Amino acid sequence: MPVAPSPVTAFSQTPAAPRRSSAALWFLRVIGVAAVLAVMAPILVVVLSWGSSQTEVWQHLIATQLGSLLFNTLLLLVGVGLLVSILGIGLAWFTVMCEFPGRAWFEWLLMLPMAVPAYVMAFVILGVFDFGGPLQSFLRLQFGQQYGSMDVRNAATVIVVFALVLYPYVYMLARSAFLSQSSDTTEAARVLGCNPWQAFYRVALPMARPAIVAGVSLAMMETLADFGTVAVFNYDTFTTAIYKAWFGFFNIQAAAQLASILLLFVALTLFAERRSRGGRRFVQGSRLQHRYRFPVTPVKAWAMTAACSSVLAVAFVLPVLQLMLWAIDEGAVQLNTRFFELVQHTVILAGLAALITVFLALVLAFNRRQVKRGGFFNMAQLGYALPGSVLAVGIMLSFTFIDNQVFIPLQRVLGMSPVPILVGSIATLLAAYWIRFLAVATGPLESSLERIRPSLPEAARTLGANGGELVRRIYLPMLRPGLLTAMVLVFVDVMKEMPATLLLRPYGWDTLAVRIYEMTAEGQWQLAALPALALVAAGLIPVIISIRRSSH
Amino acid sequence: MMRNIALIVVATLVLAACGNSEPPAAKGPELVIYSSRIEQLIKPIFDDFTKETGINIRYVTDEAGPLLARLKAEGENSPADMLITVDAGNLWHAAEMGVLQPVQSEVLTNNIPPALRDEQGRWYGVSIRARTIIYSTERVKPEELAGYEDLADPKWNGRLCLRTSKKVYNQSLVASMIVALGADKAEETVGAWVNNLAVAPFASDNKVVEAIDAGQCDVGLVNTYYLARMLADNPDLPVGLFWANQAGEGVAARGTHVNVSGAGITKASKHKEDALRLLEWLSGPSAQYDFAHLNQEYPVNDKTAPSELIEQWGSFKADTMPLSEAGRLQGDAIRIMDRQGYR
Repeated sequence: MPVAPSPVTAFSQTPAAPRRSSAALWFLRVIGVAAVLAVMAPILVVVLSWGSSQTEVWQHLIATQLGSLLFNTLLLLVGVGLLVSILGIGLAWFTVMCEFPGRAWFEWLLMLPMAVPAYVMAFVILGVFDFGGPLQSFLRLQFGQQYGSMDVRNAATVIVVFALVLYPYVYMLARSAFLSQSSDTTEAARVLGCNPWQAFYRVALPMARPAIVAGVSLAMMETLADFGTVAVFNYDTFTTAIYKAWFGFFNIQAAAQLASILLLFVALTLFAERRSRGGRRFVQGSRLQHRYRFPVTPVKAWAMTAACSSVLAVAFVLPVLQLMLWAIDEGAVQLNTRFFELVQHTVILAGLAALITVFLALVLAFNRRQVKRGGFFNMAQLGYALPGSVLAVGIMLSFTFIDNQVFIPLQRVLGMSPVPILVGSIATLLAAYWIRFLAVATGPLESSLERIRPSLPEAARTLGANGGELVRRIYLPMLRPGLLTAMVLVFVDVMKEMPATLLLRPYGWDTLAVRIYEMTAEGQWQLAALPALALVAAGLIPVIISIRRSSH
Repeated sequence: MMRNIALIVVATLVLAACGNSEPPAAKGPELVIYSSRIEQLIKPIFDDFTKETGINIRYVTDEAGPLLARLKAEGENSPADMLITVDAGNLWHAAEMGVLQPVQSEVLTNNIPPALRDEQGRWYGVSIRARTIIYSTERVKPEELAGYEDLADPKWNGRLCLRTSKKVYNQSLVASMIVALGADKAEETVGAWVNNLAVAPFASDNKVVEAIDAGQCDVGLVNTYYLARMLADNPDLPVGLFWANQAGEGVAARGTHVNVSGAGITKASKHKEDALRLLEWLSGPSAQYDFAHLNQEYPVNDKTAPSELIEQWGSFKADTMPLSEAGRLQGDAIRIMDRQGYR
């Protein structure tokens, strides 16, 4: 029996939230605009690079590598996009919609791989599976030279590495989307004759689309801007060209030009996605309590258990075990007070950055709903589209400009000895973090926000609630899952962040990521095991807190 | 929800307060260093210097590229007194960008050979890193080896391992071949290397050593300290070291390619005297001993002996090409490697 694509979804135009020109609203508007301008500053630095022509570098790149770099990048993007979608959506659907042994555990265990930085996953996978690693060495010893002589440094491995650490983005967002879909929807679909697959494909999936797209595009942007992970495999992508122009030819202009092409590509993709979604909004029915789960046969149930366990084993258990082995071998000497300082710095920076980023993302989201053409506020997400080190240098250049033009002359006037005060300060480092990670916080917030039916705040207004009450009693409680997810994502991402931390940190403010960089820079991956392990452990804390909170 | 957020805020602030409870840096002379040498390999030397002179040192570590960009952007307002970085190419570019100032001192000229410092005194090499041939002691006899360009021989087909051409050490090596052999012969050699590769180039020198140990290939090119570190962990590693280009006629006997980690005083430095004192300290016996022992590098100062571990490799003749050439030709070297498909 034919079913309309999304029968229970109410489509409506973007609601006109009550317009009031109160001081609070204007204050929020100002913060929002300031945030967008702050993000645009480093991007402007990058785009302005087109002012000078760098034909020589371009000709060389086009003549030698550009073609294969573009192909590699595209292959990686498509591969990672597909694999994170399959893993993220599939696992989310299993844990939300079906009952199988261990489901309650897997629900949260499957989020854990997010705490493993991609570059750490890369060197663990290479360490274990490479020609010289334990697995292939064992095969050769047991079965002779012709077995276990494979070079694993290829596109497939790189795709798998990215997918294993990035699928939780999709999993978390898809899961909360499925959870917040009223059971009515799937039940209605079933009553109307859909089998479970059709109920998923034709009803639940289209309704979860904003969340899923948000997750997948985060994963793809991270992949596109990555340099460290692909470098472990010597897999050349578009960022390789950026680094070559910069570190090889010392041509920062050409590097910035290349980076701005990356930026354009991401901006167009984001724009296209928004356009294709148009003004539609996906709003839920009212009944959320009763959870309907599809009945599954024991064989299928155990197959789901097996699928979940194997993903968890490869994406989390394996890297943690390998890191532990290395850490026991090499790490004890590093465990001194300096090490705990690193942990402390990491947690403080990540915690503060998460709070600020999520607050700003929330302000931007409210502004977007308030203003008719809210597209302006979407530009705040572009920080995520540049490779980390290009953005870091862009931020450094913008802040140095302010130092040189404003604070240094000011200090001279006041008769002080002039020193830059912005670059190398905590405030600037935190600014770098939120400029980079606003997009990460926006995804989960938006998809939570979109599920608030316009009628709710309208009804509250009618009943006499003022703006503050509206926020406290309607928005915040309903946004809670989204807020928590956003904070966890930003917290974990900030902890893993390297280039901006390296360039902009105050003296002595080394973090775990800085230590990992220093060890891997010398090729001593085993020595990076202990800080990497600490990073994973610190990342687990917010993940687990958010899980406990959201399960209440 | 609000309570949770409040809790997080309070906890973070408390933590932040603890973070700042470190004693403020003692008043007194102070130097600021931008270093692409990592903390583990540089802090012990700074600590000794502070103990000796009472001059405090603050530093940030990062890759050379971003540090140079920051120095340049900060211009005359930069707080940095000294740039420490690895590879002559980076030092040459720093000098070209005009962020370093020339300094002359008798101590420096006495301690550091001319080829390992800038003619105008804008930077000085402080430790030597030789890049040479390593081989499997199980499958290769040292008699089969000669120089870098001999690894182009078809007998090494499917037996050679290299690190990625994106690493500046390889760029400087190829630049030294351009100087010695001319651009055409250098390009031909690089092309033949690529043909001889057993597997795609690796991301690190360590992986090259591991690959030879595991039997993936038989010969490779690495900086000596990578091998020394691994030998310190496992003295039975079946990987030997061969000094390239020691014998033969003309350029064939030009000596092994050496590179440096080096330092220069920034143009913006407001503490030139103290900075010079540190630079001289880096070339002196205490720091030179540390360079030799912390990271198994060769001292630039011939009055300091290398570590016991690397003395077993004996002394070698080093290529005397001025290292600034490596910087000047870095771009050409990259173009050659890109054209020949050396990733």
